[in-house]
Amino acid sequence: MDGLMAILAQGDHPTAMHQVTLLHYLIVSGIMFTLGLIGFVTRRNLIVMFLCTELMFQAAGLAAIAFGRFHLNHTGETFVIFVLTVAAAEAALALALVVLLFRRRETLDASAWAEMKG
Amino acid sequence: MVEVMANMVAKLALAAPPGSDGHAPADAGHGVASGVGHGVGHVAKVVFGEGGDLLMAVPVLTLGAMVACGLCAALGIRNKLPGWISVGALAGAFAAVLVTFLGWHGQTAIVHGFEWINFQWGGKPSQSLVANFAFYVDTLTLLWMLFVTGLGALIALYASEYMSHDVGLGYCRFFAAFNLFVFSMSCLVMADNLLLLYLGWEGVGLCSYLLIGYFYKKAPAVAAGKKAFIMNRIGDLGLALGVMLVFVKFHSVEYKDLIPLWQGYMELVAHGQWTDVPIEVRWAALLIMVGAFGKSAQVFFYVWLPDAMEGPTPVSALIHAATMVTAGVFLIARLFPLFASDHQLVALTVVAWSGALTAFWSGLIGMAIFDVKRVMGYSTISQLGFMFAGLGLLTPIGASFHTFTHAFFKATLFLGVGAVMHGFGGQLDLRRLSGVAWMKGFGLVGVAMLIGAVNLSGVPFTAGFFSKDMILAQAFALPGGTIAGSQALGWLLLLTAGMTAYYTFRTYFRVFAGPKEFTPGDDPELVDLGRHPKGTTLEAWHAQHGHGHGHGHGHGHDAHAGHGDGHGHGHGPARVDFDPATEDFDPHPPGMAMKGAIFACMALSVLAAGLYFVAPGGDPHTHGGWVAGMIGTSSAAFHAPHGGELFGQDPHAIMYFVSALVGLVGIFIAAYLHGPRGWQGLMVGIRDRADVAPRADALAAKLGGVATAARKKFSVDELYHAVIVLPLRVVAYIFAFLDNFLVDGLVNLVGFMPRGAGTLVRPSQSGVLHDYALRMLMGIGLVLAVALAAMGGGVGGLL
Repeated sequence: MDGLMAILAQGDHPTAMHQVTLLHYLIVSGIMFTLGLIGFVTRRNLIVMFLCTELMFQAAGLAAIAFGRFHLNHTGETFVIFVLTVAAAEAALALALVVLLFRRRETLDASAWAEMKG
Repeated sequence: MVEVMANMVAKLALAAPPGSDGHAPADAGHGVASGVGHGVGHVAKVVFGEGGDLLMAVPVLTLGAMVACGLCAALGIRNKLPGWISVGALAGAFAAVLVTFLGWHGQTAIVHGFEWINFQWGGKPSQSLVANFAFYVDTLTLLWMLFVTGLGALIALYASEYMSHDVGLGYCRFFAAFNLFVFSMSCLVMADNLLLLYLGWEGVGLCSYLLIGYFYKKAPAVAAGKKAFIMNRIGDLGLALGVMLVFVKFHSVEYKDLIPLWQGYMELVAHGQWTDVPIEVRWAALLIMVGAFGKSAQVFFYVWLPDAMEGPTPVSALIHAATMVTAGVFLIARLFPLFASDHQLVALTVVAWSGALTAFWSGLIGMAIFDVKRVMGYSTISQLGFMFAGLGLLTPIGASFHTFTHAFFKATLFLGVGAVMHGFGGQLDLRRLSGVAWMKGFGLVGVAMLIGAVNLSGVPFTAGFFSKDMILAQAFALPGGTIAGSQALGWLLLLTAGMTAYYTFRTYFRVFAGPKEFTPGDDPELVDLGRHPKGTTLEAWHAQHGHGHGHGHGHGHDAHAGHGDGHGHGHGPARVDFDPATEDFDPHPPGMAMKGAIFACMALSVLAAGLYFVAPGGDPHTHGGWVAGMIGTSSAAFHAPHGGELFGQDPHAIMYFVSALVGLVGIFIAAYLHGPRGWQGLMVGIRDRADVAPRADALAAKLGGVATAARKKFSVDELYHAVIVLPLRVVAYIFAFLDNFLVDGLVNLVGFMPRGAGTLVRPSQSGVLHDYALRMLMGIGLVLAVALAAMGGGVGGLL
C-alpha cells in the first residue's frame, strides 16, 4: 500500500505527465464520485438521482482513463468507450422509465414508490 | 418345525388313502367315546371326480347382469329393464345350478376358472400360496347354490315390482347391488379355497351394507348400514386370523389339501390318537367361529340384524333371512372336518351353546316388540341360533336341513310382510293392522303368511317341523359328555321352539286374522300408492290423473321435477302429507310379479316338507331325508355317536310328539292372548279391535318391567353404546386432541420458524429507494474498511 502511494506521488515519472499527476485525476474522480453519491442519497427527484448515477459513472470512467494513461496502454480508454455506449443506452431506457413512473403517480418524488416495504 | 409338519402331512396322506374308510367300524367309535376321543368312527373321505363346468355360468351371468344394470344407469333408462335383466340372469344361474345338480355323481369336483394367486418363495410345497378362482363342487355346495340362486331369482322378480316406485337410477343401483350380492354369495359358497371364500364373504358384506342403506336419505337406514358393516368387520377379523392360522399351520388355503388332511385328523381322533393332532385345529376353529358369528348375527353380534330391517323388504328376505346370514352356518359346515378334528370339540361346544342362547334371547325380544318386520328379524336370529346349535350338536345334516327349509319359509314370510308394508304405506305396527288376509287382493298374502307361520312354528308335517326336530332330537340323542350340557341345551331349545310358535302366531293373529282394520303408515312414497281425495275412488283418481298402476301421484312428475323437495324424500314438487281429514287410503294389493314370487316361495315351503321322506339310504340312524343324502356325500358328513334317550325312548322318534306338542301349545297361547273372537282365534281369542288385545295387554301390565324391558330389546344397543361406543369415542377424542395439538403443533412449529425469522428481518425492507442506496453504501464502506484493514494499512495507510 505504501508502494502504491509512492508510485502515485512520484513526480519524476519518465512520461509527459509532469505537473498534472495521476493523483490529481484520481482526486477529481473521487470528488465527482462522492458528489454523485451524496446527490443520489439525498435528492428525491428521480431525474436528479439518475444524473447523480451518471456522475458516479463518469468519475469511474475518468479514473479508468487516468490509469490507462499512467500505464501507457489503451485498456482504460477502450473500457470507457464501452461504458459510454452502455450508459447512453441506459440513459434512454432509464429516462423512459422515469417518464412511465411519472405518468403513474404525477410526481417525480422517489419516495412515492415504496411497494417493496416488508 | 416346517419340515416336521410337512412330513406329518405326507404321513397322514399315506396313512389314510381314499377308500380306506372300511377299517374303522362304527362301533370302534363308541368304545373310544368313553375314553379320550369324541367317538367318531367311520370317517368319510373326499373322492374327487369331474364335472360341474356349467357352474361357471353363475358368476358370469350375475356379474354380467350387474354390469348391464350399471349401463342402464349410465344410459338413464327409466323403466323396469334392470329388474327383468336381473330376473333373467338369476333364473339362468339357477338353471345352471339345477342342471348340474340333476346330473351330479356325488363326488367332489374342482372347476378351474383362472389362476388368481400363485406365490412361491422356495422349492418346498409348503413354500407357496396358491389360490385360484376355482370352485369346489360337492353336494354341500350344490345344496346351498340351489336355494341361493333359486330364491335370488324369485326375490328379484318380487323386487322388480316392489321397487317400481323408485324406477330410474335407484332401481338400477338396487339391482346392480342385488346381482353383485348373488355373485359374491356364489363365490363364497363355491370357492375352492379360503381366500376366494373370504373375497365372497367381504363381497356379501359390502352388498348388505349397500342395500341396507339403499334409502340413503333416511338417517336410520344409513346408520343401520354402517352398524351392520362395522359389526361384520369385527367378526371378519376372527375369520381373517383363522384363515392366516390355517395357512401358517397347514401350508395351504385350498380345500383339496385341507379337507383330506383334516379328515385324516378326524380319523386319528376316532382311534384315540388325538395327541398326533396339532392343537392349532382348535384355535383355527375358534377364530373362524367368530367370523361365522359376525355374519350370522349370533351372540354379541346379533344387534346388527334387526336394524338391517331398514333396508327394502326384498333385501331383508334374500340377504338378511334366506342366504347371507346363513353364510356362517355354511362356513362351519364347509370346514366341519376342522371343527371335528379337535378331540374335545371345544369350538363346537361353544357354537352349540352360543346358538341356543342366541335363539332363546332373540326369541324373548321377538315376543314383545310390535314391529312386524323386526319380529321376523329377531325370529331369523333365533332360527340361525337353532342352526348353530345343530352344528354344535354334531348334526350338520340338521343344521343344513333347517337352513334349507328356513330359507324358503322365512323368504315367504318376509315377502308377505313386504306386501303388507307395500300395501299399507309402510305400516308395520301390529297394533295398527288387523284382518289383512280378508282385504281385497291380500288373500294370497294371508295364505302365504299362514304357511310360513306354521313352518316357523313347527306345526307337524311342515318342513320347518322336520328340520327343527332333527336339531332338537340330536340334543338328546348325543351320549352325555360329547358336548357339555347337551341335555340342558335341548330343553332350552324346546322352550325356544314354543316361544317361536307363540310370537309367530301372535303376529299372524294380530295382523292377518280378525276384524278388518288398518291405519296407513307414514312412508310417503308407499302412501302415494293408495291415497285419494275423499269422495273419489282410487281407480277413478288414478285414471283422472293419468297414473298407471303402481305409480303414486308424486311420481308422475319425476321426469321433469327431479329429486329433492322440502320433505327430503325427494319425489315431485309440492308434496303434501297424507291428511286423513280430506283423503282416503285404499290398501294397494300386490301385483302379478309380487304375487308370483310369493306363491312360488309358499309352494316351495310346502314342498320342502316332502324332502324329509326322500330316503337317505344306508344308515338307519340317519334322519333328514334328501338333505341327509346331500350332506352325506359331502365333506360335512359326520357320524355322531348315538346314545342318549328322552323319556326312555329314541329321541328321534319321541321328538316328533314332544316338539309338535310344544309348537301347538305356543300357537294356542298366542290365540288365547291375541286371537280375534270366533273361529279365527281358534275359539279362545277375545280380541275385537286392532290395537287392543285385552288378555295380552293385561299380562304385559302384570309382567311390568320384564315386558317393558323386552319391548326395549333389553336395551342391549344402549349397553353397547355405553360400554363400547362411548369409551371408544372418548379415546377417539383424546387421540384427536393429541393429533390436533401435538402432531399438528410440531408440524406447524416447523412452518412457523421461517415465518418468525421473516417477521424479525422484515422491517429492514422499507421500500424506500434511498434507504437501499444508503445501506448499500454502508455495506460497501464496511467491505472496503475490512479489506483495507486486512491489507494492514487501514484507511490512514491509503492516504
